[in-house]
Amino acid sequence: MSNVAKPLLSVENLTVEYGPKNNGFKALDKVSVEIAEHECMGIVGESGSGKSTLGRAILGLAPIAEGKILFDGQDITNLKGKPRRDLAKSIQVVFQDPYGSLNPGMTIGDILAEPLTVAGETRQSARQQVADLIDKVHLPANSINRFPNEFSGGQRQRIAIARALVRKPRLIICDEPTSALDLRTQAAVIDLFIELQRETGVAYMFISHDLGVVRRICHNVGVMKRGQLVEHGDADKVTRTPDHPYSRKLLLASPIANPAEQKKRRADWLEMRGLDNAGAM
Amino acid sequence: MSIADKILDQKPNAPVRTSITQRFFQRKAGVTAFTIFILVVLMALLAPWISPHDPNFVQLANTKAPPSAEHWLGGDSAGRDILSRIIWGARTTLFGAAITIITALAVGVTTGVMAGFFGGLVDRVFSWLSDATQAIPGMIILLVVAAGTRSNFPILMATVGVFMAPGYFRITRSATLAIVNEPYIDAAKVAGLTAPRIIARHVLPGIYAPIIIQTALAAGISMGIQAGLQFLGVGSANTPSWGAMMNEGFRFMLTNPTLLLWPSAALGITIAALATIGSTLAEVVRVRTPVVSETEGEDDKDWDPAQGTGAFAHDKNEAIVRLKNLRVFYQNGDEQKTVVNGISFDVKPGEVLGIVGESGSGKSQTIFSLLNLLPKGGKYVADQIEIAGKNVNEMTGKDRAKILGSQLGYIPQEPMSNLDPTFTIGHQLTEPLRLVFGQSKAEATAKAKALLARVGINDVDRVMKSYPHQISGGMAQRVLIAGAIAGQPSVLLADEPTTALDVTVQAEVLELLRELQQEFGMALILVTHNFGVVADICDRVVVMREGAVVEMGEVEQIFAQPKAQYTQDLIDASLDGTLSRKDLDASETSNVHILKTAGGGQK
Repeated sequence: MSNVAKPLLSVENLTVEYGPKNNGFKALDKVSVEIAEHECMGIVGESGSGKSTLGRAILGLAPIAEGKILFDGQDITNLKGKPRRDLAKSIQVVFQDPYGSLNPGMTIGDILAEPLTVAGETRQSARQQVADLIDKVHLPANSINRFPNEFSGGQRQRIAIARALVRKPRLIICDEPTSALDLRTQAAVIDLFIELQRETGVAYMFISHDLGVVRRICHNVGVMKRGQLVEHGDADKVTRTPDHPYSRKLLLASPIANPAEQKKRRADWLEMRGLDNAGAM
Repeated sequence: MSIADKILDQKPNAPVRTSITQRFFQRKAGVTAFTIFILVVLMALLAPWISPHDPNFVQLANTKAPPSAEHWLGGDSAGRDILSRIIWGARTTLFGAAITIITALAVGVTTGVMAGFFGGLVDRVFSWLSDATQAIPGMIILLVVAAGTRSNFPILMATVGVFMAPGYFRITRSATLAIVNEPYIDAAKVAGLTAPRIIARHVLPGIYAPIIIQTALAAGISMGIQAGLQFLGVGSANTPSWGAMMNEGFRFMLTNPTLLLWPSAALGITIAALATIGSTLAEVVRVRTPVVSETEGEDDKDWDPAQGTGAFAHDKNEAIVRLKNLRVFYQNGDEQKTVVNGISFDVKPGEVLGIVGESGSGKSQTIFSLLNLLPKGGKYVADQIEIAGKNVNEMTGKDRAKILGSQLGYIPQEPMSNLDPTFTIGHQLTEPLRLVFGQSKAEATAKAKALLARVGINDVDRVMKSYPHQISGGMAQRVLIAGAIAGQPSVLLADEPTTALDVTVQAEVLELLRELQQEFGMALILVTHNFGVVADICDRVVVMREGAVVEMGEVEQIFAQPKAQYTQDLIDASLDGTLSRKDLDASETSNVHILKTAGGGQK
């Protein structure tokens, strides 16, 4: 399923810098990752680790200081203007904030049809595709004529997912798409992500701070800390028995919904913290 | 089961959209001002038909004549009909104002949107130009232009427009800046939209309201400037204008005051109407939700105790907090919405009670009721609230406030927004110690330092001198915990204390809470949505949903054998020990759902 031939997306030594050149803040520091066709690649890390910056750099929304991004063999690192806009049919995005990511003044139908009409499709064909998509993300058909404020957070996120899918992309960058949702809503949206991936074969870069979410949805995962990728590999392994001390720290710090196991995990965490502190002195 | 029923997170009662226009015309001031303005516009448009005389026709007999049947407002110093000149003057005034506004809009809004949207160099250049324009003395330039163009009226009015453009520039730029940071703009870029299209479809519809408000006000101001110029004699003598009429009236003010009165009244009323339109619009745009009113009296007499959920777990003497049948409701217009519908629980010293639920379950409202700090419009009623053996239900608001800090400590969700950015940490910690507990400055400082050391802050002296923005979120939460335990409260209330924190910091803060709670033997009531946090720290747990207790019990029992499917769903949704994606792909069933209930009958 994965790791066959050349990857769909490959990021090589990517550095993103804010502020003065060579002296600014490095949000990304020589990061390299690969995503295969049909794969879900997870990126985990805490706030400030650079995980969202990585996604934004691939989308052309962050200033790249160094390194290369190849999509399907094509160099897209510094694509601007029309070539960048043409990439819209291949790479899409779902953002974290279900409230800010939909224009409050447009109907759901208009929001979903816009990427299609911009690409030159007729209104008629756009309308048909939008109706199909609404069904695919399990929203009621009458959603089309309603405005974003009539929907809950989970429903809005379904709309954002539909918008990402509307041009049948090959890769979707998912930037913490479930972390603003309630637990049960998050579960349903994760189910939807998996279902859609199986149906359409789209690849995901799934950015998250939650190891459980990543474990459920991702085939492979990279762990980021302060702009660097400290570990990457099989998601099952990294979320269970990570190699890097930082990944281990992340795992032990996440409380587990089981009192007995959590007691053990907390003891391990205390032990690791004790060692850390001893090492620091 | 239809597929849409699967969606757990429904939003049934969305607010009704009322447009700005609708709300504008619901206001008396808005309707009146708008009517007056429309009348002035009609007067200008219909001048050739409604004006009783030629405004420039001189009738010597009519010189400075008082009002008569033929000349309703009398005649001016040259014997022309005043009413006709006022009517034709409206034409000039509106024509001039229109040129000014169109120029100002064209220059100010275009540059403002570009500066806000593109930022960087574009922003710097336009901002500099805007500032420079404001620094130039406008009146002098206008007089120069008047002399240079032989008082060409349209050019003069366009020049006024250029000087009004910076006002539009600033408003448009800041409104655009607020919008370009919205994720939907990024989404539009990623969707392949060109910049002009993003501006037309996504930016302009979001910023038109402040521009319209500014236009109403700017139109009034431009009329004032125009009249001022005409008063100074700039402009053609043949076209009747209110400013020129005022000049004439001014010369004969002592003998014929009405000559000044009529044009001044026309100008004043028009400008006042525009100003009122502008301020009404501003109010209408600002107020999006109906104003909340204080709830009065006990509005839930019909409440049936049989609806109550939850129970006491301890003897009366053992418990430090006892809450019976708490109801919380919000008044919104005529509608009353119940967010907590009669819940009961208790907690004893040294016990950690978790209140878990999703958003809208009423868990935070319960905490705010205990603190007596419900937001405006909210009110609670309870059959019994006992804190440390006292019936706080019977206390006055003042006595109630006194138990905050001394009996009840509170730790909020957002550490940063709960610290005042303008004061140092030291000041914010010592002030309550001095005011509430009457300590001297030296005592309070020593105590604050000891507290900070106790909550695990290493360089206490530096933190005492720091402002909130100089410390991290985890550090800020430690500071707030230090503040909450300063008065050695018997009960600590924590509302999602770790939700805003990174997971490594969360582990530290939970560890600290556990230590402090055990050291002081405090009862801890912890609100959370995270069953991992519950498993980590809680002894007992109350599961809430839509204002009611779904179930409650010892932590081990709840996790091992939850009675409610809802509880089981929440535990499953925590995704601990979930199937990994590889196992999932390899498994027989092609469509496995995380929640057993979510899949419904259609697997």
